[in-house]
Amino acid sequence: MSDFTMPSLGADMTAGTLLEWYVRPGDAVRRGDIVASVDTSKAEIEIEIFEDGVVGELLVEVGTRVPVGTPLATILPVAGSAAAAGNGAAPATPTATPVAAAPPPASSPPTPRTVAPLAAASPPAAPPLAVPVEGHRTRVSPLARRVAAQMGIDPETVPGTGSGGAVTREDVERAATTGTTPPAAEPLVPAAAPAAPAVQSAAEPAVADRRSAMRKAIGDLMARSKREIPHYHLETAIDMTAALAWLAERNATLAPPERAIPAALLLAAAARAAAKHAQLNGFFADGAPQPAEHVHLGVALALRGGGLVAPAIHDADRLPLGELMAALRDLTARVRAGTMRGSEMADPTITVTSLGDRGADKVFGVIYPPQVALIGFGAIRERPWAAGGMVGARPTAIATLAADHRASDGHDGSLLLAELDRLLQHPEELA
Amino acid sequence: MSTTDELRTQVLEALGAIAPDADLATLSDDASLRDELDLDSMDMQGLVVGLYEATGIDVPERDYGKLDTVADTVAYLAAHRPGGQ
Amino acid sequence: MSGTTATRTLTYREALREGLRDALRADERVFLMGEDVGAYGGSFGVSRDLLGEFGPERIRDTPLSESAFTGAGIGAALGGMRPIVEVMTVNFSLLALDQIVNNAAAIAHMSGGQFAVPLVVRMTTGAGRQLAAQHSHSLEGWYAHVPGLKVLAPGTLEDARGMLAPALADPNPVLIFEHGSLYGLEGSLTDPPAEVALTGAAIRRPGSDVTLVAYGGSLPKALDAAETLAADRIDAEVLDLRALRPLDDAAVLASVARTHRVVVVDEAWRTGSFAAEVVALVAERALYELDAPPERVCSVEVPIPYAKHLEDAALPSAERIAAAARRTVGR
Repeated sequence: MSDFTMPSLGADMTAGTLLEWYVRPGDAVRRGDIVASVDTSKAEIEIEIFEDGVVGELLVEVGTRVPVGTPLATILPVAGSAAAAGNGAAPATPTATPVAAAPPPASSPPTPRTVAPLAAASPPAAPPLAVPVEGHRTRVSPLARRVAAQMGIDPETVPGTGSGGAVTREDVERAATTGTTPPAAEPLVPAAAPAAPAVQSAAEPAVADRRSAMRKAIGDLMARSKREIPHYHLETAIDMTAALAWLAERNATLAPPERAIPAALLLAAAARAAAKHAQLNGFFADGAPQPAEHVHLGVALALRGGGLVAPAIHDADRLPLGELMAALRDLTARVRAGTMRGSEMADPTITVTSLGDRGADKVFGVIYPPQVALIGFGAIRERPWAAGGMVGARPTAIATLAADHRASDGHDGSLLLAELDRLLQHPEELA
Repeated sequence: MSTTDELRTQVLEALGAIAPDADLATLSDDASLRDELDLDSMDMQGLVVGLYEATGIDVPERDYGKLDTVADTVAYLAAHRPGGQ
Repeated sequence: MSGTTATRTLTYREALREGLRDALRADERVFLMGEDVGAYGGSFGVSRDLLGEFGPERIRDTPLSESAFTGAGIGAALGGMRPIVEVMTVNFSLLALDQIVNNAAAIAHMSGGQFAVPLVVRMTTGAGRQLAAQHSHSLEGWYAHVPGLKVLAPGTLEDARGMLAPALADPNPVLIFEHGSLYGLEGSLTDPPAEVALTGAAIRRPGSDVTLVAYGGSLPKALDAAETLAADRIDAEVLDLRALRPLDDAAVLASVARTHRVVVVDEAWRTGSFAAEVVALVAERALYELDAPPERVCSVEVPIPYAKHLEDAALPSAERIAAAARRTVGR
C-alpha cells in the first residue's frame, strides 16, 4: 500500500485545496490517470497518479486545504498480486513471497554445524537480510522519503539504485534535477500560508482569496529569484520580415485550425535554441548547475483578471510548428478553463514569455527558480531598421534573455540569442 | 440559413470558449473585443477557429483585423456565409 | 604540555604496563591485584616486572576466587584506596558478577551518595587466539547494561596507555576491557604520552559514505575494511566508541547524519548485543537520516570454537565488514 500525496505543482506551491475527487475507493487507476483536481492558489489543476493500483481510502475531503506532501488517498497494489478489492472475504496474504526466496546473506560464512544435542544452545544465525516487503510497496529509504517530501517528489516514481533496489536520497536528487519527476520545489513550509483558511469552499474558492494567494505565491517565488539568482540580461532585435512572410504564406494555404500564430514561431525558435545551449536549459540545485536532457518549455500565460502561470510544453524542441501550435492552443485553453495537469505545472526547464501583439516592446525577465534562464519576446511592431546602408520600416521583435550567472555567462547567452535570430531568418527550419 | 441573431449567438459562444471568465452579458456590440476582453493573437486565432467550426466560414488571416467588435464580426460572417447576403 | 615530543614504537601490552606503572608511581593508594599478576607477570604479561619495582604489597597475587578478590577490591575502594583488580578473562568475571553488579555498581546509589567505589577492574575479552569457549567470549555488552558502571574498551595504544589514569580518578567503578588479540599490536606513542578522555567516541578515520561503528578488538578490522572499501571508492568513516557506558550517542548520531548509512561491528553475538543497542539508537533518533537499512557484523551464534578455521569463520572479519558496508551503498 502506498500514499497518494498532494503534489508540488511548481516551485511556488506549498499547499493546495482539494476541489474534486474523480475516483472512489475501489476504483482501479493507472499511472497517468487524472484522479483529482486541486486549487494551488494559482489555478485549478488536474492531478495525475504516478502508479498503477486500486484506490483504497480517500483521506482528504473535498474542500480541505493541505500542505504539499500530505497523503490524499491510499493506493493498494493492483489485483493479482495481492487481495483484489472486492475479491471476496478471505484476503490473500500479500506477503506470499517465501522468506526462503530471499538470498542468503552473502556475508555470513557457513555457520558451524553444531551437533544435534547442542543445537539448543545455538539460536538461528544471522537472519536473511532481505526480508520481503509486503505487497508492491516500493522500497524507499527513510532519508529519501524525507528529502522527496521536501522536494515535492513522489519517491515511488523514482528508479532505485540502493540497497535491495531501494530508492535512495541520491536517486531522488538525480530525479529532481533530470526532470524524470517534478524538480526541486520550495521546502514544505506548512506555515507559509497562514492567511488561508483550513477549509475553503471547494467549488468556488473565493476569487479574492485566490487572487491574493496567487499574488503572494508569485511574489514569494519572484522574491526568491531576485534574492538568490545573480541575473544578467541581454537583448537583441530581430528582423521578423522573413518569419512573418513565411508564416503568412503557410497559413494562407491552411484552414483556421491548422494555422499558427507568430508566438508559436517564437516559441519553436526558442526551444530549438535552448536545446543547443544546455547551460541555459535546466536547473540550479544543490549548489551546482544541473543541465536538463530535454527541453520542457515553460510558457508564461497571463490569467484573465491577473496573475500568471507557466506550464510546460514537453520536448518542445522536437515538435514541428504545427504540433507546437496545437500544444500551445490546448494549453492556453486549459489554462483559461483551469484544467491544467500537475506534470505540466512542475517541470519546465526554461521559460519563455511572449508579450503578444498588444504587449510592451521588451521584457526584462525574472527567472523562475530553480530554472536558470528566461527568454522574453516583446510585441512584434514595425520599427526603423538599418540594413545595407538604408533605414526602412520592418516588423521587428526584441528578444531578451535573463540568465543565471551561476550557470552561464553573457557569451553563452549571446550565442543563444544569435541562434534564435538565425532560426527566425530561416523559419522553414521550424516547420 | 443563419439569421443575424443566430450568428450573434455563435459569436458569443465562440468568445465564451476562449474567454470563459468574461461577462459577455454586459459586453456591448460596439466595444472593441481586444480592449474589452483583453484578447491577444492566440485568442483571436481561437475565435476564428471557433467561428470556423460553428459556421464553416473561413476568415483568412488578412481579415482578422476586421473582427474588431461583436457587431463587426456578425456583419463579416453575414457577408461571407454561403449564399452571400 | 612538554616542549619536546618524540614518538616510539611499542606494543599495546607495553602501553598498558606503562599506564599501570605511572599510576602506581603517581599515587600511593593505587595497587594491583589478581591471579598471577605478581611473580608470573600476569596471564597475558601485562604486569611483568612490576612486582620487582613496586613490591608484593602493591602487586598482589590472589587466590583463584574472582568473587573474593573483586569484593576485596570494593572494600579497599570504600576504605579510601584506589585498587586495580585484574580478572583473567571476562568469562571468569562471571564468578564476580554479584560483586560487580550488586555491590560495586549499586553502593553509591543505595547509600544516597555517601560511599563511592573508585575501583578499576581490568579484564581480557574476545577471541581469535584459539583459547576456546571458556576464554574467548565478548560479554562487555552485559556490563554496559548496568547503571552505576563505566565500561571502557581501549582499541588503540593511546587509550591502552591513557585510560587508566582518568579511570582511577573517577569515583565510579570502571571496567576496562582489553581485547586479547590487541596485546601484541604494535604502534607508536608520543613521549610524553597525550592525555585521553575517559569516555566519548573518536573518529579514527573520517569518511562520507558509510559509518563503521566499532570498539576494542574490532577497531583494527573496521579500519582494514575501510581501506578495502576505499579501493572501491567507498569512503567509510570509522567511529571508535571507546566507551560502551556511557555511550556517546551524539557522536554516533552525528556520524550517521553525515554518512546516512551505518554498519555496527561487535564481536559479541548478534542477539541482544551491544550492536543492537547502537542500531536501536540510530533507529529511534536518526531514522530519517538513514538511506539504507543498518547492518550488524557480529559473531556467529555459537560458543567460540577452538579449531582455527572454525574460530575464524565465527568472528567478524574485515571482509565481512566490507561486504556489509557495500550492501548499505547498494554495491
